[in-house]
Amino acid sequence: MHEFLTDLLSGVLGGYLYPFILEGMLLTIQLAVFSLFIALALGLLGATAKLSSNRIARLVAGTYTTLIRGVPDIVLMFIIFFGGQLLVNVIGDKLGLDYIEISEFTAGVTTIGFIFGAYMAETFRGAILAVPRGEIEAGYAYGMTSFQVFRRITFPACVRHAIPGFGNNWLVLAKTTALVSVIGLEDMVFRATQAGGSLRQPFTFLFVVAILYLVITAVSDGGLRWMEKRYSAGVRRA
Amino acid sequence: MQTETNVTVEKERIVIHTDTSKFDARKSEVNQNVFIENRMTADNIDVYYSDNHAIKNVSLEIRANEVLAIIGPSGCGKSTFLRCLNRINDIIDSCRITGSIKLDGKEIYSSDFDVVELRARVGMVFQKPNPFPKSIYDNVAYGPRLHSLVSSRAETDEIVYSCLERVGLLSEVSDRIQNSGTELSGGQQQRLCIARAIAVQPDVILMDEPCSALDPIATAKIEDLIDELRSQYSIVIVTHSMQQAARVSQRTAYFNLGELIELGDTSQVFTNPNHQLTEDYITGKFG
Repeated sequence: MHEFLTDLLSGVLGGYLYPFILEGMLLTIQLAVFSLFIALALGLLGATAKLSSNRIARLVAGTYTTLIRGVPDIVLMFIIFFGGQLLVNVIGDKLGLDYIEISEFTAGVTTIGFIFGAYMAETFRGAILAVPRGEIEAGYAYGMTSFQVFRRITFPACVRHAIPGFGNNWLVLAKTTALVSVIGLEDMVFRATQAGGSLRQPFTFLFVVAILYLVITAVSDGGLRWMEKRYSAGVRRA
Repeated sequence: MQTETNVTVEKERIVIHTDTSKFDARKSEVNQNVFIENRMTADNIDVYYSDNHAIKNVSLEIRANEVLAIIGPSGCGKSTFLRCLNRINDIIDSCRITGSIKLDGKEIYSSDFDVVELRARVGMVFQKPNPFPKSIYDNVAYGPRLHSLVSSRAETDEIVYSCLERVGLLSEVSDRIQNSGTELSGGQQQRLCIARAIAVQPDVILMDEPCSALDPIATAKIEDLIDELRSQYSIVIVTHSMQQAARVSQRTAYFNLGELIELGDTSQVFTNPNHQLTEDYITGKFG
């Protein structure tokens, strides 16, 4: 069965679809998933900092979201990829370390995670603010510590409010991975351009990539709908 | 006219409980030989929200086995005062409190009083029912687990079922005890919140307009419950409804513009108030 499938796939589009482009798709998915984890962590951190009573935390988080959301993704990508490499080695030099090479994958994941962390921070901030104050007070009145209140009340209750915004961010993030071809990563867009060039059929391959992205986003959509259902348990719709 | 009828109802119900046998182990640990006439005493309490002086020099005591009603016009500081009693105002940054509040003789605002312990002993029920986003069972079980009052599943079951029974919810939810607490109706949710509050065996229960979001039938159920709970707890209830204060409380405190104007037996405050402001409020001249 497996052999039949690979035979069939390698017969399509001059043999470029499998494994050439589908491998690129795998890289795209890996990039997106790893970046998402970084973005989620930074987002939660950023949202908590923005809502904290500590002025310095608010200032740092505010600067982060303003700067990142105000500069085009591709500019940030260049700055972080080339600038990051430079910075790491300047510091490494001072510490007497050898030349450190940052892989394109690491740079790509870090950059995309860093950019979307800023958007996630705003999404989570909105979601946390949407949790009724009374529920949080009830937690404190019941003897919970601030951490317990966050883990048991604020977080589970805010997930429901965060899902629509989170879904939006995830879809944009998945598509932003296409930018990594500029720093030399062979994702599916990069490979499709190459394949299109060699067969002189650029549009065929662009359509293929468009459809593959649609597959990724359609599957995500299903997952998001499932999450929304799960986290809205016990909430009546007006 | 209306007020008079309600006071009659209140008079029928007025019973002074001095039975101390029901005090649980923790209470007797605190004070083994002395019957605690005053569970809580507040002395010269002032509360400020930034520059706003919300409570002005209020002193009152909360007795064992009594329902103390706090009434007064909107914005008079009823809820603010109530929220000082379990230090829930601490989570508001701009809020500053001076004065002294003692629980069984111990200062709750002193640095060596554990605020988690305080909130286990002084429970709270809010205006809007706010069950945790968890199952009905977990809503009640969470507190006893948090405060290590139970050590086994069987003990937890016992507390959960007996608390749900006491608030009259068990028969209504017995087939869906693992469903989310937020699926219940408003009145049921509020009774769940009361069950959750009594599950940790507090000394005092604070109620901040517990019936204002409920219909008359649910309100009646909660009022009956309050009357029953009095045999074991001290209850402080903030209410907008003077009829409710007359129905459920033994003593009534009337607040106006952050000051405690009058405090006395409910029957006396409603029939023969000492202060002109109280009389004006009760007879509906303002408020």
